[in-house]
Amino acid sequence: MYNFDFVKPGSVADAVAALAGEEAQPLSGGQTLIPSMKARLNAPGSLVSLTGIPELVGVCREGDTLVIGAATTHAQVARDAAGDFPGLAALAGQIGDPAVRNKGTIGGSLANNDPSACYPAAALGTGATIVTDRREIAADDYFQGMFTTALEEGEIITSVRLPIPQASAYAKFVQPASRFALTAAFVARYASGVRVAITGASENGVFRWAEAEAALSSDFSANALDGLAHSAHEMIADLHGTAAYRAHLVGVMTRRAVAAAGS
Amino acid sequence: MPKDDGIGASTKRREDTRFLTGNGKYTDDINLRGQTYVHFLRSDVAHGRIKGIDSSAAEAMDGVLRVFTAADFDSAGGIPCGWQVTDKHGQPMQEPKHPILAEGKVRHVGDPICAVVAETYAQARDAAEAIEVDIEELEPVVDMKAALKDGATKVHDDLSSNLCYDWGFVEENKDAVNEAFNNAAHVVSLELTNNRLVANPMEPRVAVGDYDPWGDSHTLYTTSQNPHVIRLLMGAFVLNIPEHKLRVVAPDVGGGFGSKIYHYAEEAFCTYAAKVLKRPVKWTSSRSEAFISDAHGRDHKTKIELALDADHNFTALRTETYANMGAYLSTFAPSIPTWLHGTLMAGNYKTPLIYVNVKAVFTNTVPVDAYRGAGRPEATFQIERLVDKAARELGVDPIELRRQNFIKPEEFPYQTPVAVVYDTGNYHATMDKMLELSDYAGFEARRAESAARGKLRGFGIAHYIEACGIAPSNLVGQLGARAGLYESASVRVNATGSISVYTGSHSHGQGHETTFAQVVAEMIGVDANSIEIHHGDTSNTPMGMGTYGSRSLAVGGSAIVKATNKIIDKAKKIAAHLLEAAPEDIELKDGKFSVAGTDKSVDWSGVTLAAYVPHNYPLEELEPGLEETAFYDPSNFTYPSGAYGCEVELDPETGKIDILRFIAADDFGNIVNPMIVEGQVHGGLAQGIGQALLENCVYDDQGQLLSGSYMDYTMPRADDMRGFTVDHSCVTPCTHNPLGVKGCGEAGAIGSPPAVVNAAIDALHRAGHTHITHIDMPLTPSRVWAAMNG
Amino acid sequence: MSKVTMTVNGRKMAAEVEGRTLLSGFLREGLELTGTHVGCDTSQCGACVVLVNGQAVKSCTAFAADLEGAEVTTVEGMANPDGSLGNIQQAFQDYHGLQCGYCTPGMVMSTAALLADNPKPTEEEVRHYLEGNICRCTGYQNIVRAVMAASGQDVGALAAE
Ligand SMILES: Cc1cc2nc3c(=O)[nH]c(=O)nc-3n(C[C@H](O)[C@H](O)[C@H](O)COP(=O)(O)OP(=O)(O)OC[C@H]3O[C@@H](n4cnc5c(N)ncnc54)[C@H](O)[C@@H]3O)c2cc1C
Ligand code: FES
Ligand code: FES
Repeated sequence: MYNFDFVKPGSVADAVAALAGEEAQPLSGGQTLIPSMKARLNAPGSLVSLTGIPELVGVCREGDTLVIGAATTHAQVARDAAGDFPGLAALAGQIGDPAVRNKGTIGGSLANNDPSACYPAAALGTGATIVTDRREIAADDYFQGMFTTALEEGEIITSVRLPIPQASAYAKFVQPASRFALTAAFVARYASGVRVAITGASENGVFRWAEAEAALSSDFSANALDGLAHSAHEMIADLHGTAAYRAHLVGVMTRRAVAAAGS
Repeated sequence: MPKDDGIGASTKRREDTRFLTGNGKYTDDINLRGQTYVHFLRSDVAHGRIKGIDSSAAEAMDGVLRVFTAADFDSAGGIPCGWQVTDKHGQPMQEPKHPILAEGKVRHVGDPICAVVAETYAQARDAAEAIEVDIEELEPVVDMKAALKDGATKVHDDLSSNLCYDWGFVEENKDAVNEAFNNAAHVVSLELTNNRLVANPMEPRVAVGDYDPWGDSHTLYTTSQNPHVIRLLMGAFVLNIPEHKLRVVAPDVGGGFGSKIYHYAEEAFCTYAAKVLKRPVKWTSSRSEAFISDAHGRDHKTKIELALDADHNFTALRTETYANMGAYLSTFAPSIPTWLHGTLMAGNYKTPLIYVNVKAVFTNTVPVDAYRGAGRPEATFQIERLVDKAARELGVDPIELRRQNFIKPEEFPYQTPVAVVYDTGNYHATMDKMLELSDYAGFEARRAESAARGKLRGFGIAHYIEACGIAPSNLVGQLGARAGLYESASVRVNATGSISVYTGSHSHGQGHETTFAQVVAEMIGVDANSIEIHHGDTSNTPMGMGTYGSRSLAVGGSAIVKATNKIIDKAKKIAAHLLEAAPEDIELKDGKFSVAGTDKSVDWSGVTLAAYVPHNYPLEELEPGLEETAFYDPSNFTYPSGAYGCEVELDPETGKIDILRFIAADDFGNIVNPMIVEGQVHGGLAQGIGQALLENCVYDDQGQLLSGSYMDYTMPRADDMRGFTVDHSCVTPCTHNPLGVKGCGEAGAIGSPPAVVNAAIDALHRAGHTHITHIDMPLTPSRVWAAMNG
Repeated sequence: MSKVTMTVNGRKMAAEVEGRTLLSGFLREGLELTGTHVGCDTSQCGACVVLVNGQAVKSCTAFAADLEGAEVTTVEGMANPDGSLGNIQQAFQDYHGLQCGYCTPGMVMSTAALLADNPKPTEEEVRHYLEGNICRCTGYQNIVRAVMAASGQDVGALAAE
């Protein structure tokens, strides 16, 4: 990879200041950024590590919301969210493999917005709020297509606020080589209704499946989805699955997530 | 009971201690003083004409020592091919030049154009990006059948077409075979693909070239399965360096599976550049680079047909195969679809007439060569898929159809219609063993249990034969090999009785340091710990052909036996002198020489000491010392065989197939170390299951590799398989090598793909999806689902 | 270039690094601890796994400069104090959990992390945990056996399904 300067600030303010420099980029767990730098797809002039900032790490409950610091690893979420939000903890525990989970972070995952990543499904499926150094962004506005988000240049995610659902589950069909999602569904039930977010399937990145949400909001059971099929339009087609197959999996995984969530 | 460390014992591996503590010495662990680093600038287009290269900016960059292009290799030869196949008209194959760096044209993504040598690896890579290569893109040749059409773009302008050869075997039988098809009661046919694979040993390739100007001598450290072969090919054909000035060392090697047999351009480059620059030159492949520079495997497209009489006896078999050679001929490439494939088309059966046609095709893809099994998996897959299909079409039990057509135990040695003579075997026994171990009788109950959970369960069978222990040199010479395929060993007994064995075989995971010592320990009756096995360095081992084709024990081990027997003969003469007896009366047992029928004896170290301190010694008749070298050239191939049973569960909602149990009942002849044999089979099964369900090397129509990293090329993981049961209790010893061994390294990869696919088709048929007669490998969930819903 | 100090296998060690120096390079080139292997460039294979502050980490996917002061354990630090094979290493030898040895350091370190977390894992748990460690030689069965044996469990017969 190309060389760069490495800085490790101790506070968000210092990080934001460091990121104002030319071609500076934040580094969180590095589980996406480092491989892409090795492939020379990414060439920052300086890297600003977020792993030395205590205020960015941690999982805590504030009323009906779970607040997760941006630099919290997947492993920590899998452990610390298990009591308050088991559906999210289970999702975090399915990301990649143990070593990836020990480094990769929720902030990095949401900033990257890989169309096959897991966390975007949870953020969109809960209607989370993405908190940055300068504002709060609703998940519905945040995800803007594959690898594209509402983040501005130099803006960093500091935490994510996820409304805790009454019931939730994540059903992931693994892309066998990369271990990302070939197609996965996150289903969350709230008093106000059900949200369904699908990742891995669409050329437009994570999305909500409105028809399924409507059906499940009136009857939260797998049977409520009978007869519902997602269109294959704009679904990803690659070595691992055709567009039609992914569209089919959208239904299967949603059904499985509902079944796993219980009532 | 075998001795703790003799033949038949599951002796723990001695090499493990260094690997487990981080003390293995792999090529990338070697760093020489003053070392420089090379990065190859590789083509990112599949086919193009090089109009110009401007490396001036790169050469001016920090740390850059030199940028090499094809012009630097004007006096060097191309990378040679080690096998010349003759086509069905008696003409030699078309054989293009394979330059070290691309000359005039690039012919696959990954074809090296320039090599940048710098003080650090990062500098070399940075500089490579500053090189401007002007390439006129040409239409890529990717599809094999399209490549053979009239007017197709040519991969090599100087060849008459993209056809390497059109091979017919046995050409004289062709009419009789066609006649048998005309008279057949039933004909069953199948078109299938044997998917392209990437060997992917976990250690990527590495080469370090070193040059000693004072002795004008070269050393190459390389990740090779056969350092002597590299020395021969590179020294004699590419760089013109005589053997005594060229040392090739393959230290600990992290797996090979075929991909580290071949002589590669990077080896020649590092050796050559070290002399030019008077400094060591190191190349370490990244995994991404490995995907576009290591030879690939398989990639056959076949139509196969079987003729049967009214009683379901096989009467004839014919095939037409397109075999991808890639852009250049890799070392053994032409032999794989021909002599390692066509000769196996009889399988375990008494099919009297066989005709195999193979068209080998050049395309703008990475060269294709042997990968674990090489040719034999392709043959087995075709036969065993087709026999299964035949059973289904005829409405008979696939096990019974096989049994009926098996060569019977009393029919060995058996001359097949495709040239080879199977020496021994008992296919009925392995089939019975597999069925017993797989609890075939209980399958129906297990299927019902799966069905209750909404899952489809199936059981698939395959029976394989392979020819390994390659190979008789005079025979392969007639077939086009440009090398012999003997193996060598030197046994040096030291004065105090310890023993150093130098073998031409090479171990890159097979555990030779342990098993070869077991063989010698057993023969002499000494503690295996007093025996050390050396391999991998041309400066101290005799010329050997290396490790591939399940040949190490059958051929390399036989050479060790031969050399050890020479040692024993001589030692007996010394003992006879010491004991004042006739050599014929001397017996060697448990490391002690005694005179038959007396209590007079001398132990091993007494004799070895006498050999080196020959004070009381028959110097007039016998040289001092105790060191012998032997070369063993096999008189036939060996023919391991076995029955494989696979039980799968298929999720009809997603199409995902899970392996629930896999039973391998192999006949490997005699076994030296059962633990190691079992491990070899496990590894082969994983690769075969990987081929059947997961692995696929795919190019798009522009010749871009779509599966160029572990993000898309699915390597089998611990979670992808379970329930291996491996048995090797059915033993028909090989009749023509001294250990009676057959070889076990490739079997798992040969027998398993058809067993897996047969199991999947079985599951689908039992669930009523009878329209599905075949699904091409890998049976990914998406493909299975599409077949079910197509 | 800047100097980075870590405690590696119980000893304080330092080496000069660039920003882009990976932990794997720091160990292999900087400290000549070549037991840690590199098998890919997309962070998938796990040949490079080491423990950082007790947790399994892919050393090819971490910058040395980001780990100033960390406690690192590599395969070189897994033997007993007297130099004999440690418990996990011994189990790998006893159950033939390695062939070419290339994936082995990562397997041993992942096993150490697993057993620290879950001292008696089931076969399923072991297979699942090793998802990020690729072995091309063994077919995994003997690795799984070795891990279970290292945890003190009977591995005479791994269940067929
Ligand atoms: C083998 C493997 C398997 C994987 N499997 C999965 C999987 O199954 N599911 C899945 O979802 N992911 C998977 N991943 C990706 C993994 O979850 C990554 O950790 C994650 O996507 C990125 O997080 P990170 O902390 O590593 O971010 P980094 O790699 O450090 O950064 C990623 C990007 O985000 C930016 N960034 C980082 N933090 C912030 C922030 N706080 N604010 C703004 N920008 C920021 C960086 O500049 C960079 O552009 C896998 C990765 C690997 C290597
Ligand atoms: S080398 Fe680190 S994961 Fe492959
Ligand atoms: S032992 Fe060779 S890769 Fe695992």
